Amino acid sequence: MLIGVTRETRPGETRVAATPATVKQLVALGYDVLVERGAGELSSFADEAYAEAGARIGTAEEAWTADVVFRVNGPTLEEVPRLRDGSVLVSLLAPALNPELVDALAARPITALAMDAVPRISRAQSLDVLSSMANIAGYRAVVEAAHEFGRFFTGQVTAAGKVPPAKVLVAGAGVAGLAAIGAASSLGAIVRATDPRPEVADQVRSLGGEYLEVIVPEEEKQISADGYAKATSEAYDAAAARLYSEQAADVDIIITTALIPGRPAPRLITAADVAAMKPGSVIVDMAAAQGGNVEGSVVDQKIVTDNGVTIIGYTDLAGRLPTQASQLYGTNLVNLMKLLTPGKDGHLVLDLDDVVQRGITVVKDGEKLWPPPPVQVSATPPAPVAATEPAPQEEKKGLSPAVKLGLIAVGVVVLFLVNALAPAPLPEHFTVLTLAIVVGFYVIGKVHHALHTPLMSVTNAISGVIVVGALLQVGQDHLAIRLLATAAILLASINVFGGFAVTRRMLGMFQKG
Amino acid sequence: MSALSIANAAYLVAALLFILSLAGLSKHETARNGVWYGIAGMIIALAATIGRVVDGHPGYGIGLLIGAVIIGAAIGLWRARIVEMTGMPELIALLHSFVGLAAVLVGWNGFLEVERNGEGGFVGSLLRIHHAEVFIGIFIGAVTFTGSIVAFLKLSARITSAPLMLPGKNVLNVGALVVFVVLTVLFIVHPQLWLIVVVTALALALGWHLVASIGGGDMPVVVSMLNSYSGWAAAASGFLLNNDVLIVTGALVGSSGAYLSYIMCQAMNRSFISVIAGGFGIEAKAGGEEDYGEHREIKAEDAAELLAGASSVVITPGYGMAVAQAQYPVAELTRRLREKGVNVRFGIHPVAGRLPGHMNVLLAEAKVPYDIVLEMDEINDDFAATDVVLVIGANDTVNPAAAEDPGSPIAGMPVLRVWEARDVIVFKRSMATGYAGVQNPLFFRDNTQMLFGDAKDRVSAILDALG
Repeated sequence: MLIGVTRETRPGETRVAATPATVKQLVALGYDVLVERGAGELSSFADEAYAEAGARIGTAEEAWTADVVFRVNGPTLEEVPRLRDGSVLVSLLAPALNPELVDALAARPITALAMDAVPRISRAQSLDVLSSMANIAGYRAVVEAAHEFGRFFTGQVTAAGKVPPAKVLVAGAGVAGLAAIGAASSLGAIVRATDPRPEVADQVRSLGGEYLEVIVPEEEKQISADGYAKATSEAYDAAAARLYSEQAADVDIIITTALIPGRPAPRLITAADVAAMKPGSVIVDMAAAQGGNVEGSVVDQKIVTDNGVTIIGYTDLAGRLPTQASQLYGTNLVNLMKLLTPGKDGHLVLDLDDVVQRGITVVKDGEKLWPPPPVQVSATPPAPVAATEPAPQEEKKGLSPAVKLGLIAVGVVVLFLVNALAPAPLPEHFTVLTLAIVVGFYVIGKVHHALHTPLMSVTNAISGVIVVGALLQVGQDHLAIRLLATAAILLASINVFGGFAVTRRMLGMFQKG
Repeated sequence: MSALSIANAAYLVAALLFILSLAGLSKHETARNGVWYGIAGMIIALAATIGRVVDGHPGYGIGLLIGAVIIGAAIGLWRARIVEMTGMPELIALLHSFVGLAAVLVGWNGFLEVERNGEGGFVGSLLRIHHAEVFIGIFIGAVTFTGSIVAFLKLSARITSAPLMLPGKNVLNVGALVVFVVLTVLFIVHPQLWLIVVVTALALALGWHLVASIGGGDMPVVVSMLNSYSGWAAAASGFLLNNDVLIVTGALVGSSGAYLSYIMCQAMNRSFISVIAGGFGIEAKAGGEEDYGEHREIKAEDAAELLAGASSVVITPGYGMAVAQAQYPVAELTRRLREKGVNVRFGIHPVAGRLPGHMNVLLAEAKVPYDIVLEMDEINDDFAATDVVLVIGANDTVNPAAAEDPGSPIAGMPVLRVWEARDVIVFKRSMATGYAGVQNPLFFRDNTQMLFGDAKDRVSAILDALG
């Protein structure tokens, strides 16, 4: 089948749905790939590079009428008719926010797959565009903030005086938030983060941030069942608002990433909070496209408030790293095609019984399948507080102390009787044996674990001492005895010499660094 | 001062030297001296014995004796020189079998001697005791012999390492022991050659069956258990020959082997009895084909990048590293990363490999300094602060199911908690399960990435990518 990679038509879009590297992988899956002329230009991918990777360069018409059409952004309503009957469209569609587009697509006998509707389960991570794009956007948000911010992020003591580190607050510790935390803390800033889901605290700390918990004792803490944040309660919001007000007065940079799927972004930072910030502070509102987390943020604009606070509302943060973003998006598409091409024969098969494939299928052959049934991310019920205690492990069938004591007593008595009753040489032998066993246990008990193998080979060599027994027998004037003894001497000698030699060889290797 | 009394005095010295030898081997600093103590002890014991033989039977058998020692020494030194460190388990198993066979031969001789000399030298109950000693010595020796042979064959992959599952195998084992006791009583009353033949055959069969029904993953326990048996075989010969040096040495080896086996069993959270009775590895798989989700793959170049950016790395090797002979590239990787200032350490699970301490020997061979090779308890608490963990050819020993899933067949087994690290890279040939036949949820964790292929190739590829 033919995959067409179209040039993006949305103004300001810099990304492209396939890169030379991903084209190669698509070809390996058995597909023919056609790239619209100049599609990768803004992402620094030349047409020649695509051609070298095995793609054909063609016109827009050819790309739009391919069997499978790859795009970053969904088509506009005017572009929908450009698709051929029976074709498959793969792109970001935001089906929850664009019902008209979904209806328009459903009016055509085509199949539409929304890359931004991938269920958040481990298995689907490799095709989760929202994650890969959010990761880039989070990084870029910090870079944008650093660009506008008039100071270092890291604290320094220089000959020209002391520079305090910047304080960064990240609201929402999803993928974008975590990427921002990581980027900001590696620039040296003091990073704090908030999130209604307490389970992200460890993730925040792992990236060098400090997790600020919103203290709401009366409310059940939110545990996410589907991997996304939910709307919060009023009590929580009130407590959070207090927290944000306190922090706004203290920090230099705020990056907000709070999004709730299918709803406008929650308002986290009020105008009063912005007014309380120090002049020169920077706010990056990553949710500007969905209404904004910050009062006063403007979509795709950078504004400066009266008190000198810069508010950035860019919505194309991921697109500002076009090469990287295209590569990751393209790889997400390749991973999707791997899933959809079980035969690796260039033949696309959609299996609606698979929750991942069902989740992204918005339209199937003209039939509207949106919204998909809900998917549970975690197999365990999302109720950690009430988590059932692990069933008490069955007690090992150990002996009770009394039985143990009894066995030891019996053993001692038997040993005593044997020694008391046995004729002459035997008691001595038993004495020697018993003492040697005890000595053996104490000597071995302290052996360093790394020396187990040398120990074993040396004991092996030593047990070759059985050669002594055979030596004593070889003097007998009896052919059979002599032959057997000779054989035994030979075998035991192999042990003695081989065992010591190999031990020495091994020990020679151990060395201290 | 007769040759006999000189020999006995020398035996005491030899026995003390053996104890010093084992004591010396407990630490790296003293290990080399320990071997010298052992060699000195052995020389003294042999010299004393040969002196005694020459003194008692001048001229007889000396040629045979020296010839046999020289041939044996040549074979032993040759094998010791050429053995690959990855082949250590096989060699040691094979050497155990020699002790077992020698013990059988000594036992047979003990019987033939009495047959030939009539009842001279033994009176009344002493003769019966002697018979019992012969019988027991042969039995232990023969079990050690075939057991070690099977272990050798399994370790060198000449036969399948899957456990043999005969119906009623426990009954077979116990039955063999009962038959042995009955035969012993018969033999004490009526010493007959055929009884010796029967008990030898019985013990050979028992040794074969015992080890054949133990799975390959339990080989560390089996090898140290056979080590213990070979000691007991020597001790039994000592009783038979009235020779204290044999008893002392045999008991030392026997108890050390038993103790090592015990350590191994603890490391697998398994009862010693069930392992030596071949009971492990047959438990039902938990839940069958559970859906663990999908694993993620990583390329060698990306792995190299991850490593170059890490500040602390822990490598947890397993048997797969030995199979792939990957210890040299792994050591090179370690050296390279340490030069870059990365804190590289190794975490060794007690039952990694097929021999107690197997991984340590391999890493030492490749010149990894031993002070960065740590055991499980030393490293387990550090994983949470580790950036990258490389799991090279290990599976069951890093399985989180052991710690988290009470229904798992390996539940409760102490494991390396690698999943607490920031990133885990698993080197593996395929998605197959480990020896315990249990799926490993580690492979499906969010912070785990799989690097498929031969461990040696992959590590070399990482080295290339590091440049």
